[in-house]
Amino acid sequence: MPPTDLSRRDLLAGAAGLTAGGLLMAGSDADAQPQRPAELKIGITTFLSGPASVFGVPGRQAAEMMVDEFNQQGGIGGVKVRALFVDEAPGTEHLVGEFRRLVQSEGVHVMFASISSGSCLACTPLSRDLQKTTVLWDCATQRIFEEGPQPFAFRTQGFATPEVLAPLLYLLKTKPDFRTMAVINQDYAWGRDSWEMWRTGMEALKPGVRIVAELFPRLGAPDFTTEITRLLAARPDVIFSGHWGGDLVTLARQAAERRLFERSTFVLPVAEASLPILGRTFPAGHVIGTRGDHWNNHPRPKDPARLRALNETYRARFNEAVIYPVHHMVQAFNALKAAYEKAIAAKGGGWPNDMELAAAFRGLTFDSPTASITLREDGQGLEDQIVGVSTHAEGTPYAIPKDMVIFPAAMVSTPVGMKSVDWLKTLKPDILAQVPAPISG
Amino acid sequence: MAEWFGDNSGLLGLALLDGLASAGLIFLVAVGLNLVFGVLRIINVAHGSLYAIGAYAAASVGIFFASAGLPAWASLPALVVAAALVGGILGPLIERLVLRRIYGQEEVLQLLVTFALFMILEDVQKLIWGVQPVQHDLAMRLLGTYDVPFAGDVVPFTAYQLFVLPGVALVVLVGLAWFLRRTLTGRVIVAVTTDREAATAMGIDARRVFLLTFTFGAMLAALGGALSSPTGAIVPGIGAQTIVLSFAVVATAGLGQTEGAALTALMIGLGRSIAVYFEPELEVVVPYIIMVAVLLVRPQGLFGSTVARRI
Repeated sequence: MPPTDLSRRDLLAGAAGLTAGGLLMAGSDADAQPQRPAELKIGITTFLSGPASVFGVPGRQAAEMMVDEFNQQGGIGGVKVRALFVDEAPGTEHLVGEFRRLVQSEGVHVMFASISSGSCLACTPLSRDLQKTTVLWDCATQRIFEEGPQPFAFRTQGFATPEVLAPLLYLLKTKPDFRTMAVINQDYAWGRDSWEMWRTGMEALKPGVRIVAELFPRLGAPDFTTEITRLLAARPDVIFSGHWGGDLVTLARQAAERRLFERSTFVLPVAEASLPILGRTFPAGHVIGTRGDHWNNHPRPKDPARLRALNETYRARFNEAVIYPVHHMVQAFNALKAAYEKAIAAKGGGWPNDMELAAAFRGLTFDSPTASITLREDGQGLEDQIVGVSTHAEGTPYAIPKDMVIFPAAMVSTPVGMKSVDWLKTLKPDILAQVPAPISG
Repeated sequence: MAEWFGDNSGLLGLALLDGLASAGLIFLVAVGLNLVFGVLRIINVAHGSLYAIGAYAAASVGIFFASAGLPAWASLPALVVAAALVGGILGPLIERLVLRRIYGQEEVLQLLVTFALFMILEDVQKLIWGVQPVQHDLAMRLLGTYDVPFAGDVVPFTAYQLFVLPGVALVVLVGLAWFLRRTLTGRVIVAVTTDREAATAMGIDARRVFLLTFTFGAMLAALGGALSSPTGAIVPGIGAQTIVLSFAVVATAGLGQTEGAALTALMIGLGRSIAVYFEPELEVVVPYIIMVAVLLVRPQGLFGSTVARRI
């Protein structure tokens, strides 16, 4: 029922009823029957400062672009959309306070959180306490849905386990004869967790590989001279690195200058975002990933026109290439729209409350420019992973992947109810037979 | 022990080379901070911002030189030009507009003001250069690599890191020592550092010395940033990381001690590189282990002197 149909008496009666109901059912705001709001407010946490703003600011820009696009089309369910941004950089204590403020004072209808896994781990308990639907729009930690049910949290992209397992399977399929390897990862949750998963998977699928160096320089280290010397001296066949952002740019430039790329094969699951900046400095012949399937040269995008339009619109507006956090933010907005449309339809045109919105997210399928993504029953999104080997194509000023393998999400994702490390231990080498054939990009 | 050294002599040699390059950069930033504190008695948190702006400016000047068709070797003097520009413009501005108002104030206030300045300059960097990594490595590529023999093979080092960084640090150390001890201006600075009241009573214009010293300190910070720019990506936040390490060096050396800063930078550079080779988990904490160990034994720092409290 639109608000214009209400008389003042209805409103007063409704208010009295809501007050009484509120007193009787204190703490059950999620069940309240809301009116269609004047605007749909989305609280978005992202890095607006510090080293991770290399992802956070493109994420904010993508959000602004999506808000404008949705509003030009009439909003979501006929309601205009407004985004309120919060900086993750000051830390989780600040973020938790801001999350509460956005929900309790600003009255946001949904939260999008966050880039950092630590931020997401801090926000998901709040989503439960405040009964506020929270879209985990970029963080990757596998722990979120493995350590207990999340009634109000949903992740609209993949997570750490498939992002590590897919490059491992690619390496085992394309370069199976390596005997030694090393790791250089940033010293924080992703760096440690991704190495643990890689090592566990590798021990299950190719036991006996000798680890010759395990290096964990601090996040934001300005120089990797010593680490590169150590790796040059150790001469591993393969080097795994989950580095990203400015750290990856520094590592790759120093490694290229000192010919480390010529001695070892690098596996870089988060390479995509740094490749435009590195230009031709990043050499051919190394395994690269993008935290999903959204390479701009995706060999079989679901909607090529939409992928092209996204690339062109974003570049025209922000003078930057699209990188993966842009795709993840676009996915979050598309999922939100699909969930509201599903919930509104289920309610016969009425505006959904928090419970109904959360129910609509569970099992939701929505389209991204490259594929369809389904949220599992635990809230985790199933996003395909594309891994390829770097190459230099004519007309492209930086490395792009070729011989791409599209790993189906279900193949490389931890099953519901299992913990990733436990599942990786159960992998058998016959999984390699299921790896799809590479597609030249 | 001797056997361990024998087995690992090759790796220790590589660690020594890495440590020297690292120490050179650490020293350049820390010595500026140390000099400013010695004279102005202000712990300047914004020193990290000057480092970051020096790095960004060096990349911008280098890119401009390249686009203007200047020869590749011009990328090396471009680093010094950028540092001089940043220090020469921002140094006097900050000293005149901000620091001059807080001389003699409580240390907490001075810290808060310079921290506020640091935050403002962080945002200024984002406004000008954005948040995506900025890079310009022509100076490093220009000099190529130098192969160091190791275990029947070679380990390539960039000549820039092997020779330029430690070389510039050495030139600054020697030049600064000569300047402070052999020139009139240098002796005036030392006089103000040692006893500001007595120096002022002798007719020295302390305010002019403050301006000169801060500008020079700002140039050193910017030079550290500029010299680091060819080797790495410049991103938001590099100033904060640098200032923390610089404080560790200054505290360990003793506030106001130039040679002490050099020795401490060397200890920290070598300590970190040896840790990467033999105990990588300790690399991050090595500077602070050294700092705590020194301060437990000598609270005034390695080269600091105890000052009698005036009652």
